[in-house]
Amino acid sequence: MTDSSSMQATIQEIITTLKNKPGALLPILHGVQNALGYVPAESVPTIAKALNLSRAEVHGVISFYHYFRDNKPGKHTIHLCRAESCQSMGGKQLENHVKTRLGIDFHETTADGKFTLEPVYCLGNCACSPAMQIDEEIYGRVTANSFDSAINETEELA
Amino acid sequence: MSITIYVPCDSSAISLGADRVAVAITKEAEKRSIDIQLIRNGSRGMFWLEPLVEVVTDEGRLAYGPVQVSDVVSLFDANFIKGGSHPLFLGLTEELEYLKKQQRLTFARIGKTDPVSLEDYVKNDGYRGLRNALNLPQTDIVKAVTDSGLRGRGGAAFPTGIKWNTVLNTPSEQKYIICNADEGDSGTFSDRMVMEGDPFVLIEGMTIAGLAVDATQGYIYLRVEYPHAHKALDTAIEKAYEAGYLGNDILGSGKVFHLEVRLGAGAYICGEETSLMESLEGKRGLVRFKPPLPAISGLFGKPTVVNNVISLASVPIILDKGGDYYRDFGMGRSRGTLPLQLAGNIKHTGLVELAFGLTLRELLYDFGGGSASGRPIKAVQVGGPLGAYLPESQFDTPLDYEAFAAIWAVLGHGGVVAFDDTVDMAEMARYSMEFCAIESCGKCTPCRIGSTRGAEVMDEIIKGQELDKNIPLLRDLCNTLLNGSLCALGGMTPYPVLSALNHFPEDFGIDDKANAA
Repeated sequence: MTDSSSMQATIQEIITTLKNKPGALLPILHGVQNALGYVPAESVPTIAKALNLSRAEVHGVISFYHYFRDNKPGKHTIHLCRAESCQSMGGKQLENHVKTRLGIDFHETTADGKFTLEPVYCLGNCACSPAMQIDEEIYGRVTANSFDSAINETEELA
Repeated sequence: MSITIYVPCDSSAISLGADRVAVAITKEAEKRSIDIQLIRNGSRGMFWLEPLVEVVTDEGRLAYGPVQVSDVVSLFDANFIKGGSHPLFLGLTEELEYLKKQQRLTFARIGKTDPVSLEDYVKNDGYRGLRNALNLPQTDIVKAVTDSGLRGRGGAAFPTGIKWNTVLNTPSEQKYIICNADEGDSGTFSDRMVMEGDPFVLIEGMTIAGLAVDATQGYIYLRVEYPHAHKALDTAIEKAYEAGYLGNDILGSGKVFHLEVRLGAGAYICGEETSLMESLEGKRGLVRFKPPLPAISGLFGKPTVVNNVISLASVPIILDKGGDYYRDFGMGRSRGTLPLQLAGNIKHTGLVELAFGLTLRELLYDFGGGSASGRPIKAVQVGGPLGAYLPESQFDTPLDYEAFAAIWAVLGHGGVVAFDDTVDMAEMARYSMEFCAIESCGKCTPCRIGSTRGAEVMDEIIKGQELDKNIPLLRDLCNTLLNGSLCALGGMTPYPVLSALNHFPEDFGIDDKANAA
């Protein structure tokens, strides 16, 4: 099977499992992004047809939500908190360090494809600010040093 | 005999290394052939002590913390499993001042039990409220909630009983209970702690709500940023179904209630109830006009109760001990307790559940111990990113909905974020406008356009350009947002912006307060 047809098969399977739920679009989009890491443009017509929606409606939903992405992320996604509590504990300086260390800005992926950096507005870890998430792993009281070791550890795991 | 050791599974504790500590303790015990039972509990909410390890002894539960992996060998060497002395020894957990001074009703079990053990839940007064509710007429369930004085803990503080009563009295074949678990406000984490630390209490609260108003389907709209809460809720829901607490025949009563977790997708606006319902229906999270009220025409056009996690999690104790019991805590029209969240630049950050009425100063200094940096606290934002910044002169305000409203501030969801004197309040005001621009749903013009213009005006103010023109322009813009927006996002962004300007004019390049007015 080609990459594209196996992708379509995955998408189809997710749609079949979820399409009868009331308000099925978000669960389907989550399913697709969980499986593929993003919601590819090729999936939009398939999803639209299954839910009897227009392609514009599906595209509109994908683009509305910050979490859904239409392009492939790096191997690991870093969500760095920008909200007030983290700012009160040096979040801005940490943000500068992270961007310099990775050599990218928010919404970008490192040239080697290892890390994508996304801002997040609160991880609910405000008692341990500043906070970040690497994939599903949460980190608190992050410093420039602890960020560097978290990155190194994540790289080693990969 | 096996030794019971607790290591929290709360995500803040995990963010400080609790998972690794749990693994290290298990390995070290194996190595020393010590028979232990390691339980992952919720957090006690004292985050400067996390990971907080507890050992069950004859005296009670003894606490050690904050424990790092590197401390584990020395803890075993010190015989901590028998309460041995160690530099990290804290004494009896329940006797720790921070906990002892609290009045924990909604958080009664959190930190004590295994969150996903139904047996633990029932053993610790769980499901008593539901059992009572099953024997009451619907009007009496609603009455108990009304009598308790419980007001929406999500921030709007609308009386929960009145909302339920409207749904009860709106005839429909299908009704819904929605739990708003889109806890997006910076500085808040009490919803997360409940979902991770005691998910059954939320499930029980929603089931009671379903019985009260005749709703057979519930949804927990959970933010995607909370993967640990998602796992805990899914596990607990599955167990509740297996044991007959959810499903088509709740505890043999013939009553029906189904529950499902639905994930958000990183949109702050979906914490607004009408936007949340649009999102649940599979659409862009655009805010709806009100009326119609969700209680009359909500999810899929049906009567819907939308309540915050803490509101719903407070229902079981009200149905267990009665509305009067809950109402006897608090002051004025703010009844019961509020789980406050101390965050940001604070030495002793954590969860403090208390009856309404404590002053902000007592919270910041008696509980919080002042700033984490050791510098003076300059400003405190209460109630999330749409809450006002309070200067030191307002720290004696009691934590009460009406007292906060009287000084043009909001208590909201009880999140408290402290900043030391290194903060630049003009930058914070700019950030508020930027945040509003990023998160605006785009439906109404004041919020969609006004927030971007606001950030631009703030840029000029920060550069010191034409202050005599730009400050009045900023005020005028805030006035438009305040009065012309469809929902609280646009309507309340002026709170942090104007409070920063009014209380800290010097950060905006204005010399005296008279000029700022």
